[in-house]
Amino acid sequence: MLRILKFIYRVRAFLLFAFLEFLAIWMIVSNNSPQGAAYFNSSTELVGNALKKQADVVEFFSLVDANAALVEENASLKQELLRLQVKPDSRSIAIDSTLKATFELKGARVVANSLRFSQNYLTLYKGSKDGIKPGMGIFNAQGVVGRVKSVSENYSVAFSVLNTNLLISAKIKSSDVFGSVQWDGRNTSEVQLLYVPRHVKASKGDTVITSGFNAVFPEGILIGKISKVEVNKADPNYLALTVKLSTDFSKLTYVYLVENTRFQELDSLYRQSDLTNEY
Amino acid sequence: MNIRNLFSSGFLILILGLVQILFLKNLAVFGYAFGFLYLLGLLILPSTIRTIPLMLIAFCTGFILDIFFETIGMHTAAATLFAFLKPTWLKIASPTGGFDEAEEPSLGQIGFGRYISYAFPLLFVYCLAFFTADQWGTGGFFEILIKSFFSALFTLLLTLVVQLLFFSRKRSIS
Repeated sequence: MLRILKFIYRVRAFLLFAFLEFLAIWMIVSNNSPQGAAYFNSSTELVGNALKKQADVVEFFSLVDANAALVEENASLKQELLRLQVKPDSRSIAIDSTLKATFELKGARVVANSLRFSQNYLTLYKGSKDGIKPGMGIFNAQGVVGRVKSVSENYSVAFSVLNTNLLISAKIKSSDVFGSVQWDGRNTSEVQLLYVPRHVKASKGDTVITSGFNAVFPEGILIGKISKVEVNKADPNYLALTVKLSTDFSKLTYVYLVENTRFQELDSLYRQSDLTNEY
Repeated sequence: MNIRNLFSSGFLILILGLVQILFLKNLAVFGYAFGFLYLLGLLILPSTIRTIPLMLIAFCTGFILDIFFETIGMHTAAATLFAFLKPTWLKIASPTGGFDEAEEPSLGQIGFGRYISYAFPLLFVYCLAFFTADQWGTGGFFEILIKSFFSALFTLLLTLVVQLLFFSRKRSIS
């Protein structure tokens, strides 16, 4: 017995090392599961505040760009508004409930963003207090940005599209063929469009948008343009499409969050029929 | 290791951690070389600190950094490995007869050549552990190797510059 204790005492450094490594790996694994609750992240009050202070300073230098983008978007919205304005010769009728808006939008500021790892996250300065919930989609005027992972009172942490764990349901605009967009962890301006069958004629320059199938994003939000068409080497039944992202992830300042008000209903329907909905 | 040394080491780690969080967060030279400057604080901790306290210090530092970087566990795991290997490697890489008791393995104290041969392998192992955790299942082994090599090189360069600029020859912090 004494010898065992002595032996344990002799290798105590290694045992502690093994224990700490185990702890760290457990943290990595529990943080990387898309649905798992993360206990420690930048949505913590203290960390969020520090990151916001940093963003305050850094953002000052990108105000010009942010303003230009807002003006541009304002212009396009104005144009849309003019188009939609009621003509004097029409009369309004009560529309069917299926046509009612099912998506609600909120704006938020990005206080932290990374793009150099293979699991990249954003921190947003808006939390449960402002009605942000896990699962909401994020986009900006340029295109899709990501999806909310977890929220605290004032901050929220989100998967960036540049996160190898995030899949987004997408389709090619011209042919309506759908697939999933996922990042392969290499180039920060390109993602892969997966599960597009080989018989589909996809060509360089085709626009890729969100499909609206997964209830996170409304249909038609821009993802990017196809930049390369190849046959998938691992599985020749599918095409390997490379999509050039329309969003510039190195310059994110303000984003929109979108919530599907019918998400609960859809989700319970899927569950009822034993379907697993990929997010 | 007296109380003054302890404070100056703690202060150094704090400052380097802040620099890491505020300035080096999104920096990656050519998308490959990351700078883990905060490791300098752990690298030049006096050789008298034993493995167990060293590992605990590294664990805490890595963990705090992870919270800010949103990379929970990755820096922690790599820094713990780094701290576990450091005393042993220091013993192997030290001249026959060992270092002086209170000596810090910093550039000013052990010289250019020996500093590089001491620091680079440790930094490389750190980067290897970090990128393996980061790219688990996604990137190829070759890519991890390239990233690790250039990151270790870049970090080494950063630590050299910082030591040349801010450290006086005799003491650790000017």
